Amino acid sequence: MTILTNITIKIWRQEGPDTEGRFETHQIPEISDEASFLELLDILNERLIEEGKEAIVFDHDCREGICGTCSMMIDGQAHGPQKGTATCQLHMRTFSSGDEIVVEPWRATAFPIIKDLMVDRAPFDRIMEVGGFITAPTGGAPDANIIPIPKPVIDASMDAASCIGCGACVAACPNGAANLFTAAKITHLNLLPQGQAERYKRAEAMVEKMDEYFGSCTNHGECEAACPKEISIDTIATMNVDYWKSKFKNRQHLDR
Amino acid sequence: MAETLNRGPVSGTAVTSPAKRKPFFVDFYSTAVGKKYVMALTGMIGIGFVVVHMIGNLKMYLGVVNEGELRVYDIDWYGEFLRELLVPIMPRTYVLWGLRLLLIAAVLMHIHAAYSLTFLNRKARSVKYQSARDYQVANFASRTMRWTGIIVALFIVWHLADLTWGWANPDFIRGAPYHNIDTSLSRVPVAILYIVANIALGIHLFHGTWSLFQSMGWSSPRFDSWRRGLATAIATIIVVGNVSFPIAVLAGVIEFDPDAINCCIEGEEGG
Ligand code: HEM
Ligand code: FES
Repeated sequence: MTILTNITIKIWRQEGPDTEGRFETHQIPEISDEASFLELLDILNERLIEEGKEAIVFDHDCREGICGTCSMMIDGQAHGPQKGTATCQLHMRTFSSGDEIVVEPWRATAFPIIKDLMVDRAPFDRIMEVGGFITAPTGGAPDANIIPIPKPVIDASMDAASCIGCGACVAACPNGAANLFTAAKITHLNLLPQGQAERYKRAEAMVEKMDEYFGSCTNHGECEAACPKEISIDTIATMNVDYWKSKFKNRQHLDR
Repeated sequence: MAETLNRGPVSGTAVTSPAKRKPFFVDFYSTAVGKKYVMALTGMIGIGFVVVHMIGNLKMYLGVVNEGELRVYDIDWYGEFLRELLVPIMPRTYVLWGLRLLLIAAVLMHIHAAYSLTFLNRKARSVKYQSARDYQVANFASRTMRWTGIIVALFIVWHLADLTWGWANPDFIRGAPYHNIDTSLSRVPVAILYIVANIALGIHLFHGTWSLFQSMGWSSPRFDSWRRGLATAIATIIVVGNVSFPIAVLAGVIEFDPDAINCCIEGEEGG
């Protein structure tokens, strides 16, 4: 274990959705390089509480990179400088003694700030509600592997399904677009046999719901670079194709 | 069985307003993904045009050619050929006008989509990041699409006024492209304008050609690795070809000589 010294944290503080925010600077004289970034904030918060000040509010839950709750811009990058890593899995060894680290919340009109670093990502739920599921009878769990699926297909679907819905794609996108999130969710189900019945309804409904909240894709690729699950923008191409097909197919269905 | 049919198109669960029946194009274009399809399609029309246009202009380097009794500049003859495309089948200039209308429509739709998406994107992040962003893969070309697009749009207007209508060229002669290009590009500021605008176009296409595959949903392990190369090739060919013309004019490689030809330029002696 090594000890990092003299870290400066410049961190966003904001009372509530409608108040002005500002950066606040804190010194961290010593921190273990084994501390995660969230632990750094925990330690800072304990100090703030002891000093009778208000703790910094930030989202977190599993702290093992699977829930998608942690969310912050660290030095201008969503989830910080390490590739394929959520903030909770980012460790202080990625930084050096004497660093100044700037921390800011996700910025998107669709993600209003609740307090400090915590934002409201409910529009993702709105997108999921219109198609991010399959309709299936509930009851006893079906036997495993009862529907054969080719290995490359299941792999591609699983890659897309690894999306944890953290919102880093929106945060990293210069346009505030949610195409990677929506594409991952659509691709996950649209590749599988179980997703076929609702495939085109799903594509149309989810893309159009996304449109109500987010910006548009310019194919910069920043989302893919920021994604803690390294989901490929190929899913966006898949979504685009399914979307235009859905426009034809769903109309044909309505004509029947 | 009957129950499934009654449930509507697919499952009914994902349907919000099944009765929505706008005309197909209006419906499709109203979404951002639809607009990107339009951008990519109109962009491809644009790419097709600029490539053919550049290749056609290379005819300037062929100089004067013999057409039977006639001695004419090859590019002037080519202009005449374009006006006579499919002539026994279609009246003169009809096909050319058809192509022009297609291009005008494409450019207008491309600009409208770019304009409305830019607004959408501004709205999607009404409060900017307050600290510096550290971009990982967005490149200069992808981040300047709007600026290179505006430069190209303004250039198109100037280019038409200069070499199509002749308003911007005091020595303009209708139907004599070789002469007009020489007189226009001999003006150093105009030559610089052509060079700058074509570099902007090259930058636009460096991102645009790569990006359109993504917008069209054409992503496949078979050709994904080619996309960057293709975009670089198209951008380079366009820039090298088009920038060579003003340089050739200034260097005297392209130089109009009224005595070299015996045909077809009205209002000019020796014609
Ligand atoms: C006339 C020659 C032009 C050609 C050949 C061309 C070509 C292209 C292509 C192929 C794309 C990529 C489309 C995609 O991402 O799917 C593109 C994108 C773009 N073009 Fe053009 N373009 C031209 C002119 C313009 C003009 C005049 C403007 C407007 C000012 C413009 C603005 C843009 C913008 C902003 C994008 C990015 C689209 C986005 O962010 O969603 N282009 N262009
Ligand atoms: S806290 Fe669960 S992913 Fe980071």
